[in-house]
Amino acid sequence: MKETIIALMLAVVAMHASARAAEPDAARRGELVRLVRQDCGSCHGMTLKGGLGLPLTAEALRGKPAESLSATIYYGRPGTAMPPWSRFLSESEADWIVGRLMAGFPEEGPR
Amino acid sequence: MTARLLSILAALLLAACAQTPPLRGTGDLGIVIERATGRVAIVDTTARTVLARVEGLGDLSHASVVFSRDGRYGYVFGRDGGLTKVDLLLSKIDKRVMQAGNSIGGAISQDGRIVVAQNYQPGGIKAFDAQTLELLSEVPANSKVVGLADLPGNRFAYALFDAGEIWVTDLSDPRRPKTQKFPAGSQPYDGLVTPDGRYYLAGLFGEDGVALLDTWRTEDGARKILEHYGRGQEKLPVFKMPHLRGWAVAGRNAYLPAIGRHEVLIVDTATWKETGRVQVKGQPVFVMAQPDGRQVWVNFAFPDNGWVQVIDTLTGKIVQTLQPGKAVLHMEFTPRGEHVWLSARDDNTVSIVDTRTFARVATLPAQSPSGIFFTSRAARTGF
Repeated sequence: MKETIIALMLAVVAMHASARAAEPDAARRGELVRLVRQDCGSCHGMTLKGGLGLPLTAEALRGKPAESLSATIYYGRPGTAMPPWSRFLSESEADWIVGRLMAGFPEEGPR
Repeated sequence: MTARLLSILAALLLAACAQTPPLRGTGDLGIVIERATGRVAIVDTTARTVLARVEGLGDLSHASVVFSRDGRYGYVFGRDGGLTKVDLLLSKIDKRVMQAGNSIGGAISQDGRIVVAQNYQPGGIKAFDAQTLELLSEVPANSKVVGLADLPGNRFAYALFDAGEIWVTDLSDPRRPKTQKFPAGSQPYDGLVTPDGRYYLAGLFGEDGVALLDTWRTEDGARKILEHYGRGQEKLPVFKMPHLRGWAVAGRNAYLPAIGRHEVLIVDTATWKETGRVQVKGQPVFVMAQPDGRQVWVNFAFPDNGWVQVIDTLTGKIVQTLQPGKAVLHMEFTPRGEHVWLSARDDNTVSIVDTRTFARVATLPAQSPSGIFFTSRAARTGF
């Protein structure tokens, strides 16, 4: 019984980890790129070079911990103008966005 | 011989005429920003058509326009710090300078001779000769500058997002700016001057309230109005900062977006007290009075940016809710307000709507349209 519970717990942990690592499908990736360029762009600039919000270029983010960047997207940053985006994306999608930002964010595809 | 010379002259004259656009005025012209392509469309509000497009204006992901007082030139302030003087009659760039790393907008002086840019990076304002775009002077601020507005006397008021101050710079001697500074409050996000040029208001993001400066009595400093309009309730997330301009004033009342609340606040400009509030569909971004002040039009931040609502200023009630397209970023009234033009970024359209019947009059194609600016702004303080 105890083993079963431990096995179940491990399975849940493994599922959670793989869910966080999963990459969104192509259609969703397109939506997320558009969201970042257009709506995050309201404050951070469509080119992500900053505006009222800080720059989000690969250069600007270099050396920053990915996990806290991801938490900033998902939960927002109280006391600043950064709102939480949890209504519009999952934690794993926030992780994916941070990964793409740190690598140099893709341009929007043709619509 | 003489006849031959005359016919050559006539041919030359005809060729010259063919290259000159037909004689026309500028009062019904305007500019639509096509944000994704660094391009602007020059539009005619009488013919309801795009006359021409002008390319090469750089990063227009956030852009605004002010006009020379003859309405011929539009000064386009781009996000990348580009300042472009566009000739609306010849449909071409007259002059262009890169004046900062990251810019948010600008204003033009009462006498039309000085164009001023407000910048995020490096923070501050810069003054340019309106004719040549030669740099005349600058006021560094060590803060992002928001809400720049022209005041009578070639003065300019603006707010400092990071420093929480309102500054008033006197450019009556444009190479020797004189600046007064006033504590305003936490994180001013934009500002406006009342249509008479007297009161400067800065909306605050970091606290519930609006900073107010009487520019006729600057010795009194800035004071706070609408304090605690959030009544201590937790703010809703703001996914796009609201914009303020002088069109917020209709009759004796100002209509202002609440921050973190799905409400428009109504303020009596005689007493600067709240006289009412209107529940709306989302976080208001633009709250704009028609030129006659009879109705106030409101658009919204993501994710409610497909809606537009119209408030009747007599009753303080919503009289119309429209869905003009996906991602409605901006609205602009024709000079006397019979139509409103609305840009729908994700539909690649500009809709022209009758302000009395709410019927769609026309739809124009535009690539990712954002700001719409008509030359009637040239004659208004605060635009």
